[in-house]
Amino acid sequence: MKLLVAIKRTIDYNVKVRVNADNTDVELTNVKMAMNPFCEIAVEEAVRIKESGVADEIVVVSAGPKQTQETLRTALAMGADRGIHIETEMELQPLGVAKILKAVSESEEPGLVILGKQAIDDDSNQTGQMLAALLDWPQATFASNIVLSDQGAEVTREVDGGLETISINLPAVVTTDLRLNEPRYASLPNIMKAKKKPIEVKSPEDLDVDIKPRLIVLKVEEPAKRESGVMVESVAELISKLQNEAKVI
Amino acid sequence: MTVLIIAEHNNSELKRATLHSVTAARALAEEIHLLIAGHNAQEVVQSASIVSGVTKVLVADDIIYEHPLAENMTPLILSICENYKYVMATATTEGKNLMPRVAALLDVAQISDISGILDKETFQRPTYAGNVISTVKSIDSIKVITVRATAFDAAANNGGNAIIENISTTPDSGKSKFLRLDVSASERPELTSATTIVSGGRGMQSGENFVLIEAVADRLGAAIGASRAAVDAGFVPNDYQVGQTGKVVAPTLYLAIGISGAIQHLAGMKDSKVIAAINKDEEAPIFQIADYGLVADLFKALPEIAEELDKQGLSKT
Repeated sequence: MKLLVAIKRTIDYNVKVRVNADNTDVELTNVKMAMNPFCEIAVEEAVRIKESGVADEIVVVSAGPKQTQETLRTALAMGADRGIHIETEMELQPLGVAKILKAVSESEEPGLVILGKQAIDDDSNQTGQMLAALLDWPQATFASNIVLSDQGAEVTREVDGGLETISINLPAVVTTDLRLNEPRYASLPNIMKAKKKPIEVKSPEDLDVDIKPRLIVLKVEEPAKRESGVMVESVAELISKLQNEAKVI
Repeated sequence: MTVLIIAEHNNSELKRATLHSVTAARALAEEIHLLIAGHNAQEVVQSASIVSGVTKVLVADDIIYEHPLAENMTPLILSICENYKYVMATATTEGKNLMPRVAALLDVAQISDISGILDKETFQRPTYAGNVISTVKSIDSIKVITVRATAFDAAANNGGNAIIENISTTPDSGKSKFLRLDVSASERPELTSATTIVSGGRGMQSGENFVLIEAVADRLGAAIGASRAAVDAGFVPNDYQVGQTGKVVAPTLYLAIGISGAIQHLAGMKDSKVIAAINKDEEAPIFQIADYGLVADLFKALPEIAEELDKQGLSKT
């Protein structure tokens, strides 16, 4: 089986994000970028599935500007076999990305597409579900466990209040949650090897998809700051304040 | 203009999460329809019909809707949604799973997790783990929206008098099947609906030490939460996690114990009415947003809190 993993390049999760001076976007100049953490989990899961012998090839795909290839190289160093870069400078939104991934899925014909459940920049949590819809494939979102067989997959999902297990036919789309696995660090030899792995570059026009943004961002701003309160000296004072001043117990 | 809200329920009870979407919908339209897709969900239909602001309850009853699989829910929603300007659900795991599938097949963008409504096509939503608020305008003819529950009050679950209408069901997709739900067994209130939450962080040092949190939570009738650090360290299961990658909560009182206050945690609880924090590090960022801060060793402070609550007659047990 072939696995397709879609990944996104985002601001590194350790960076403290700041809004730019004209409130149009966050500050991106000289900011460290990295693979979205949920996408790392997706790559790791694909590599583990291949290591278990169920899959024989991992194709990793990402859309974005030229630098996106660095993120694809990271995935190749983790164990993916080849990359596809859909190069564009245009602002990408989930529906446009889902259309790109649909076109790639139709030519690659994977048995399973794995994505992160959400990206830590726009926090949309949409692309995987949209891709499944456009392909008319089943979806298993927020996966914490995936068991693959020839007939299909049994996926355990992190839902509010517990764990839901569903079975889905293949081909299918799965999105990853935090507890699915702990991604590996790429070893130096593998980083060197990844430099020789092929990355095919295409444009959205090659795929004949409309990626025009549908949501217009009018403004970005920092949220209203919560005022800091008072320090208390003892547990007794804390309880008294909560009871008599805040009136919450 | 009419809003269609996809109700969340377990065939016996309408989830409170849905009531928050009703309030959001009232900012957009007078007519609010609630879709109850389920099986033998008469009680849910009855309680939905009296929710304040709901004008019509649409009922689709079939065994295939007993569990809300996105593959079966989506065709049902698509079969009726041409009548609506807005299709909405609360941004729970259920809403997040379902709504993008609907949006994609309508060829529209989804506006995720809205925290504010500025006008009929302009919305605010948190991005970058809540560090940024984006104002976005939707140019699509049908707006598919998920609603951040903590940003809108729950609509009153009485006083309404909606019409109830049965609608045609759609066939089983055959693509997916529900196998089982392992519910986290707990006598405590659910995190997202609790009025009081006691949360522990890395400072708890072990899962066993959460008994100290339990002792306080029992006395306050509170839910127990945790920071991602505590979950990653294996102290407690992931469904305890409060934060951008876990649950977003807004209780009346949030008691943060041994939690430093990483950005991603604050994103999940900073809308709480009152925040009290106990940490031995006086530099901990949590103190910058807490209404009440106490620098103390939590292993001494937690038993003292339990004792003080008993002494003051504030204990609920």
